[in-house]
Amino acid sequence: MNKKYYGKVIFELSRPGRQGYSLPANGYDDALSALPAGLLRTEAPMLPESDELTVVRHYNNMSTNNFGVDTGFYPLGSCTMKYNPKINEEMASLPAFTSLHPFQPSATVQGALEAYYTLQKMLCEIGGMAEFTLNPYAGAHGELTGLMVIRAYHESRGDMKRTKVIVPDSAHGTNPASAAVAGLKVVEVKSLADGTVDVEALRPLLDDTVAAVMMTNPNTVGIFEHNIPEIAEMVHACGALMYYDGANLNPLLGIARPGDMGFDVMHINLHKTFSTPHGGGGPGAGPVGVRAGLEQFLPNPRVVKHQVSDDSIFDLDFGTEKGPHALGRISAWLGNFAVELRALAYILSLGKDGLKMAGTLATLNANYVKESLRDLYALPIDRVCKHEFVFDGLADKSTGVTTLNVAKRLLDHGFHAPTIYFPLLFHESLMIEPTETESKETLDEFIEVMRDIAREAAEDPETVKNAPLETPIRKPDDTAAALNPVVTFSELCVNE
Amino acid sequence: MSKTYYSKSHEYVTVDGTTGFIGISDYAQNALGNVVYVDMPEQGDDIEAGEEFGAVESVKAASDLFAPVSGAVLDINEQLIDNPRLINEDAMANWIIKIEITDPSQLDDLMDEEEYKAFCESEHK
Repeated sequence: MNKKYYGKVIFELSRPGRQGYSLPANGYDDALSALPAGLLRTEAPMLPESDELTVVRHYNNMSTNNFGVDTGFYPLGSCTMKYNPKINEEMASLPAFTSLHPFQPSATVQGALEAYYTLQKMLCEIGGMAEFTLNPYAGAHGELTGLMVIRAYHESRGDMKRTKVIVPDSAHGTNPASAAVAGLKVVEVKSLADGTVDVEALRPLLDDTVAAVMMTNPNTVGIFEHNIPEIAEMVHACGALMYYDGANLNPLLGIARPGDMGFDVMHINLHKTFSTPHGGGGPGAGPVGVRAGLEQFLPNPRVVKHQVSDDSIFDLDFGTEKGPHALGRISAWLGNFAVELRALAYILSLGKDGLKMAGTLATLNANYVKESLRDLYALPIDRVCKHEFVFDGLADKSTGVTTLNVAKRLLDHGFHAPTIYFPLLFHESLMIEPTETESKETLDEFIEVMRDIAREAAEDPETVKNAPLETPIRKPDDTAAALNPVVTFSELCVNE
Repeated sequence: MSKTYYSKSHEYVTVDGTTGFIGISDYAQNALGNVVYVDMPEQGDDIEAGEEFGAVESVKAASDLFAPVSGAVLDINEQLIDNPRLINEDAMANWIIKIEITDPSQLDDLMDEEEYKAFCESEHK
């Protein structure tokens, strides 16, 4: 593995004057002279200079260093690293979509607008909501948008006291972060030993200063929140709204709908639940849905459909039809459109029955892995899980082998590590989400390796503690990286 | 003669007269792993018992800091700005903030060394 590792950056390959492309003559000199001198560059930007073959080899070699769901098993809990069917890529790459410009007259982009409108309606059906906006760029952006909708709703009723958002202690870190960015104060509610929200701890927190309660269902330990109807009733009785974090919608597809559970506002991570590649920061898409009565607060622009005799005409609405409460823009146009196209292709190719099987198989796979390993790994919540579950490290803690060591040892065996040290409910969290697309053979291989690592931890703990032993880079100093991040090549040169 | 008290959220306050030195316990630094950033209040700020007054960020997680007692911030430990790892080296010596305690009766709600030790053991089960 070491010999094959390619570790260069493009700037190291740069040689002055070398080029693989000739730019067209600059026809804008006149325009440049009209710009204020202070805005003009005096020296060329620091860009790498290289020939075409060197660039091609560089990026091809780089791509072989990558680990992705297309190269191996990726059981990263809470992230839903499911396989992205190639038909999605094919649809999103159609030139008729990729060559669009946002300023084109809507008459010339009817197909694209119809795709947006169709996906919006499908998400309404799947989530049990009245209307969706697809404009938010990612999950946390969706949370922020949803909380802004909730704030706009309270303010539209002249109810200005509601400044608090209640978030379970098991929540994704984005929940409190989104609430803070939306200008709301976060109040934490405790979980019970089984990982579900403590209804009795929630009750006294509910008063007329609460704007919303944010919940993830199934929650971040993969357990279905069975008290949702009671919680929704309590929350609505105090005048607050229920927010559904769609991070874990995957196992419920076609089986249960947040709208039916009493949620008022929700977001969906298209890049998780409806495939589309993600990881490394994007691109994602975080559509936000609302129940009937809250549509007017959704952001603009929206895609609307007009019926002209027998024809459906699609158009962009910038707020003229929705009154004064709409949020305005939360993204430049209609979100990450290519991600939306991939999600639409995924839904259409699976169909209603196929979608229903996705969550069922994800749940089956997670429970299969859990039951196959529970004798060697500590299982703090012993229940049927949904699409993911959490171990609290190795069952035998006497060896001193930690969750971090187990995760690093998995890399030696060619698997991506599960999520570690999240959720924060346990000290040695090891969170596994196999997803529905993995075969039984792959799951069995993973189980075998996990069992081998547990055995090795007992017999030869030092080897596991020293892992990874076979990766090209063994133990990067993540503390030093967090303290002194070097993010550009020029910084690296300065440091050296 | 100073005495140290602990909260259930793993902060300590070492009391010397009406001055309190607040930090996180050795158990907490061990659970967090390498600390990479400490978010501190400013000198002169008021902190309130049970309320958040800052945060500790480690390679594993970011955790809020909760005030064990109320008081006014006299000083912050500026060494932690450039070298947050001091908390891992010696959590008890490297306090985070120094305060003037406003209500010493709040100390009665906290645990002493012995009680805190038992509390941590029960947490780890």
